Amino acid sequence: MEFVDYYKVLGIDKKASEKDIKNAYRKLARKYHPDVNPNDKTAHQKFQEINEANEVLSDAVKRKKYDEYGKDWKHADQFEKAKQSAGQQQYQYQGDGGSYSGGSGDSDFSDFFSSMFGGGGSRKSRQQVKYRGQDFNAELHLNLRDAYETHQKTLTVNGKNIRMTIPAGIENGQTIKIKGHGGPGVNNGPNGDLYINFVIANDPDFKREGNNLYSTVPLDLYTAVLGGEKTISTMTGKVKLKVTPGTQNGSKVKLKGKGFPIYKKDGQFGDLYVSYQVEIPENLTEKQKSLFEELSKL
Amino acid sequence: MQTEHFISTDDFCTYHNIEFSFIRNLEDFGLIEVKTIEDKPCIHEDQLVKLERILRLHNELEINVEGIDTITHLLQKINSMQEEMTQLKNKLKLYE
Repeated sequence: MEFVDYYKVLGIDKKASEKDIKNAYRKLARKYHPDVNPNDKTAHQKFQEINEANEVLSDAVKRKKYDEYGKDWKHADQFEKAKQSAGQQQYQYQGDGGSYSGGSGDSDFSDFFSSMFGGGGSRKSRQQVKYRGQDFNAELHLNLRDAYETHQKTLTVNGKNIRMTIPAGIENGQTIKIKGHGGPGVNNGPNGDLYINFVIANDPDFKREGNNLYSTVPLDLYTAVLGGEKTISTMTGKVKLKVTPGTQNGSKVKLKGKGFPIYKKDGQFGDLYVSYQVEIPENLTEKQKSLFEELSKL
Repeated sequence: MQTEHFISTDDFCTYHNIEFSFIRNLEDFGLIEVKTIEDKPCIHEDQLVKLERILRLHNELEINVEGIDTITHLLQKINSMQEEMTQLKNKLKLYE
């Protein structure tokens, strides 16, 4: 746990007036407020630091204590006890590096703050300022086939199990907010939110672009030239396609509605684009070779 | 019309301790939509998140409605740019 220089956090001088503190806080809060910095973890962290600094420096009692003990904050309670027992005599400093365990419930505040002002519960606080709990961020890895169907998943975040429904069609990089599942609020403030960022792995058979899927299937030369049928895989099973004679290498077939489900639009799907990769026969037999030569002379 | 999805502005103002004129002002700026249901001004529940964000900006950061209007536009821009960035990243992923 490190000493936090609240003056530095707010970018003000130690002699700053109440007005200077308020102005500095307002200015920084406008810059780092979570509502103007969506999905920005660094800004959220910075905002909490600013809030904490303001909580201390804008309160005359807390500021006095903070200024008085400064970097010796770890021994603040020892000082105070000594003051009381010695009947206002000069206190003696006994730096034994005593262990302090900060209030674990005040997740919006640093351990430093909890150790100095909270957690102990012996001191009266100026006022009950409500603070929203910390937002949590988590990453959830899925494969493409998982993302194809709406399904339930149980996540464990900070020891708590959260059961959530993942709608079909969720995209890589998309974030879902679960309200109230972040850190607990302070002084009956609302809980923070949980943000789940989805990471969807590439699939070996299908590539996804938005709601459309793309696949490449091999096609033998003879079917490509003469036409025929080809069975291909889709996300929901096999489909037999008619191959027209003279199909070119790289030509595409669109299978309407066989793509990816559209997020939160039940029963609506993108399309599947199948590209044919015509395979040229290798290691020809003598007979095949002579037949191709014959063909080439026609 | 299903009234259960609407919240009376009176209730909202009482709960958040604000004047109705503030809601009217937001409506004038096109930031929210107020509907009259059974002679009472109401807001749709879909707008609650937005309205509460506006209130936070107003109360916690002391931003006036003109500022909130500007911020809302910029946030929409950021949001669509972030979405576009995600789509482009996903396109790039196809070539990995």
